[in-house]
Amino acid sequence: MSSDGVNKERRRFLVAATSVVGAVGAGLAAVPFIKSWTPSAKAQAVGAPVEVDVSKMESGQLLKVQWRGQTIGILRRTPDMLADLPRLDPELRDPDSLDSIQPKYVANESRALRPEFLVVNMHCTHLGCVPQMIPQVGPQPFDENWRGGFYCPCHKSKFDVAGRVYKAVPAPTNLTVPPYSYLDDQTLIIGVNPEDTA
Amino acid sequence: MGPRSFRVSVALALQVLLAMPALAVGPAQLEPSGVNISDTAALQRGARLFVNYCLSCHSADYMRYNRLAEDLDLGEELVMDNLVFRDAKIGETMSIAMDPEDADAWFGKAPPDLSLVGRARGPDWLYAFLRSFYQDDAGGWNNTVLPNAAMPHVMWPLQGIARPVYATHRVGEREVQVIEKLELASPGSMTPEEYDGAVRDLATFLVYLSEPAQLKRKSIGIWVLLFLAVLVLLTYLLKAEYWRDVH
Amino acid sequence: MGKPASTLAKHADALLNWVDERLPVLEFWDAHLAKYYAPKNFNFWYYMGSLALLVLVIQIVTGIFLTMHYKPSAAEAFASVEYIMRDVPWGWLIRYMHSTGASFFFILVYLHMFRSLLYGSHRKPRELLWIFGMLIYLLLMAEAFFGYVLPWGQMSYWGAQVIINLFGAIPKIGEPLTEWIRGDYFISDATLNRFFALHVVAVPIALLGLVVLHIAALHQTGSNNPDGIEIKQNKDEQGVPRDGIPFHPYYTVKDIFGAAMFLLLFAFVIFFWPDAGGLFLEHDNFAPADPLVTPEHIKPVWYFTPFYAILKAVPDKLMGVILMGCSVVVLFFLPWLDRSPVKSIRYKGAWYKILVFAFAIAFIRLGMLGMAEGTPAQTWEMRVWTFVYFAFFVLLFFLSKGGKTKPVPDRVRH
Repeated sequence: MSSDGVNKERRRFLVAATSVVGAVGAGLAAVPFIKSWTPSAKAQAVGAPVEVDVSKMESGQLLKVQWRGQTIGILRRTPDMLADLPRLDPELRDPDSLDSIQPKYVANESRALRPEFLVVNMHCTHLGCVPQMIPQVGPQPFDENWRGGFYCPCHKSKFDVAGRVYKAVPAPTNLTVPPYSYLDDQTLIIGVNPEDTA
Repeated sequence: MGPRSFRVSVALALQVLLAMPALAVGPAQLEPSGVNISDTAALQRGARLFVNYCLSCHSADYMRYNRLAEDLDLGEELVMDNLVFRDAKIGETMSIAMDPEDADAWFGKAPPDLSLVGRARGPDWLYAFLRSFYQDDAGGWNNTVLPNAAMPHVMWPLQGIARPVYATHRVGEREVQVIEKLELASPGSMTPEEYDGAVRDLATFLVYLSEPAQLKRKSIGIWVLLFLAVLVLLTYLLKAEYWRDVH
Repeated sequence: MGKPASTLAKHADALLNWVDERLPVLEFWDAHLAKYYAPKNFNFWYYMGSLALLVLVIQIVTGIFLTMHYKPSAAEAFASVEYIMRDVPWGWLIRYMHSTGASFFFILVYLHMFRSLLYGSHRKPRELLWIFGMLIYLLLMAEAFFGYVLPWGQMSYWGAQVIINLFGAIPKIGEPLTEWIRGDYFISDATLNRFFALHVVAVPIALLGLVVLHIAALHQTGSNNPDGIEIKQNKDEQGVPRDGIPFHPYYTVKDIFGAAMFLLLFAFVIFFWPDAGGLFLEHDNFAPADPLVTPEHIKPVWYFTPFYAILKAVPDKLMGVILMGCSVVVLFFLPWLDRSPVKSIRYKGAWYKILVFAFAIAFIRLGMLGMAEGTPAQTWEMRVWTFVYFAFFVLLFFLSKGGKTKPVPDRVRH
């Protein structure tokens, strides 16, 4: 055994090359294991888009449906509610929904594809409780100047009828809006973007 | 034992093993089916036959329609329009409405789920089975590959009706009638060649159905092998480099 | 090298020293890698040990991920395996890695054991090392058997039926014992559930412990080599064996090359031939377990078939079970059955070469006959090879004492 005439340069290169290729291989081998944790075909099938007939909803009515284990609220807003929206802006944390999560196509004043129907993920952006819908305008135990909206009993977060969060409550952002679109005038589909409905 | 004598003994061992009487694989050799799993057109035709002739009684409870749409290049709309006959969503499995208890009553035994029949039986058996139905003298359906099975010949309008031709065999003192071959008594809508082709398509689909991942498995495998070949080369050079110290 | 790199190296050194003062990492590194001297003449057969360790790791990792999706209940087990194969992203790959890994584990272990037979690695002073190895082999068989029941296919079910009923051959306690193993009057949900617990928790823990003991015993005596020469008997002035080379880097780079070669073969089977024509994944196991229908041809998986053939060769239930048990147990005594003054086949006479050759053929042929359907001619052939199998041990005992040997050199051939 001798170490004379060892080509250290070549040795260092081969160690580095094998290490790099080996590490890449280990990384690639990890991918299937990591991906195996993503929702399975079964979970995706159960979480398939949900169709909702909104034609029979009364003005001011809130309809709750389940989509992917989430409570999705559909609110048919009255003209009064809609008219009130811009006036609330000063009291809201994120009135233009700049820091909140929603599809691009609803990042507008009414946070909806059609102003009349609000579609919103009902889970509070604070810690995931489901707020109550309290449409009546007037003094409430938690707010003397209640303008109607969503009130979370868990930690007293308040949202308006567009799911926008008020200032000085624990929830950091507006209620999120799931992807949705209209199949026709009467049918709403939750879980499908408008560009994907033929 | 040096490398040479090792090689000699391996060769010798192989010879000894090969010289031994071959082990019988099964009772009868089946005709090769010629199933080619990468033939997408055959898979599509097979899928159509499957939903038309099998899926009313047999389920494929582990197979999802949307997987079918993706793997067979059909698209979800085409699958919904042509292959889904019941009120099912695209992500659901190819199950059937039949209640297993009713099925037991009607057939004597509930028709088995066919999700895995392609792996359990193999393509050659399926190809033989679906071409071996005949009508016995009493007018009932039977099959030479799986005798006395409860299944009627659902594709008879395609194949026609075959009847058995018997030959006499002697077993000791007794004479028994054994089916020698099947003969087409009345033709169906397909010629025998067309029917064989249709059955091959169906067998192809059933083999796919038994392991949908096999379509992607092999194409991924090639890349994995190429990558590992590079790694083998590098590690060999690394090993050789260090072992120069030892030699 | 620039300045930042050297400061980085200094920090790394400092961290290593900090840890080493609290945990003997450097000492461990030297004792088992950098200053652990292995004979320099290892050949092909010496890859198997490190590869078996690699497969053990693969089995543990893939096994952990499979348990995340598998459901150990008679009602759901079969469907949950298909769920893994179809619905779980990449589940098919993880499952094939695990099922192929099981068969490769046995291939490697059989080659590893055969190596010992060739070069006398089980002989004094490595008897305990061999016994730990045999215990690993026994546990591996238990692990494989429990694992094979989990998919709850026809072969899982009826294979379990046959294996558990082997215990029924024991006089008096046989019947109650089988009932206790099953936890029911037939193989059922209760059986599956306990086999699951044994497969994923109990046996793996015991296996890992034994592997540690196996390696600890190996590093105490040092490795044997193809010449069967104790390299520790010839050391230089520094006390380093003259025929030894540090395990690291020489055998680490060699074993890494071996691992790459192995993975190439392993990946080929996984991606292109995962059921190995019905050897690794049996056709009948793609039908769900049905207590009312016995498959036409029940056989265990290939790695059990040599012993199964010995069982089938005997026309008596109890005697068959005893003989099958003996065929495994006798292997424990190998270190004392071989009484030859030399270890390696290289320096033994033709008698040993013939014995080992006949034994290997008998083992392989029994394995092939064990999966055959069992014609009368095959039954007779099984009896012949069973005789050869046991004759090996008897002849070894008597021939090895005075059998011809060649002079063993002082130094290894390289």
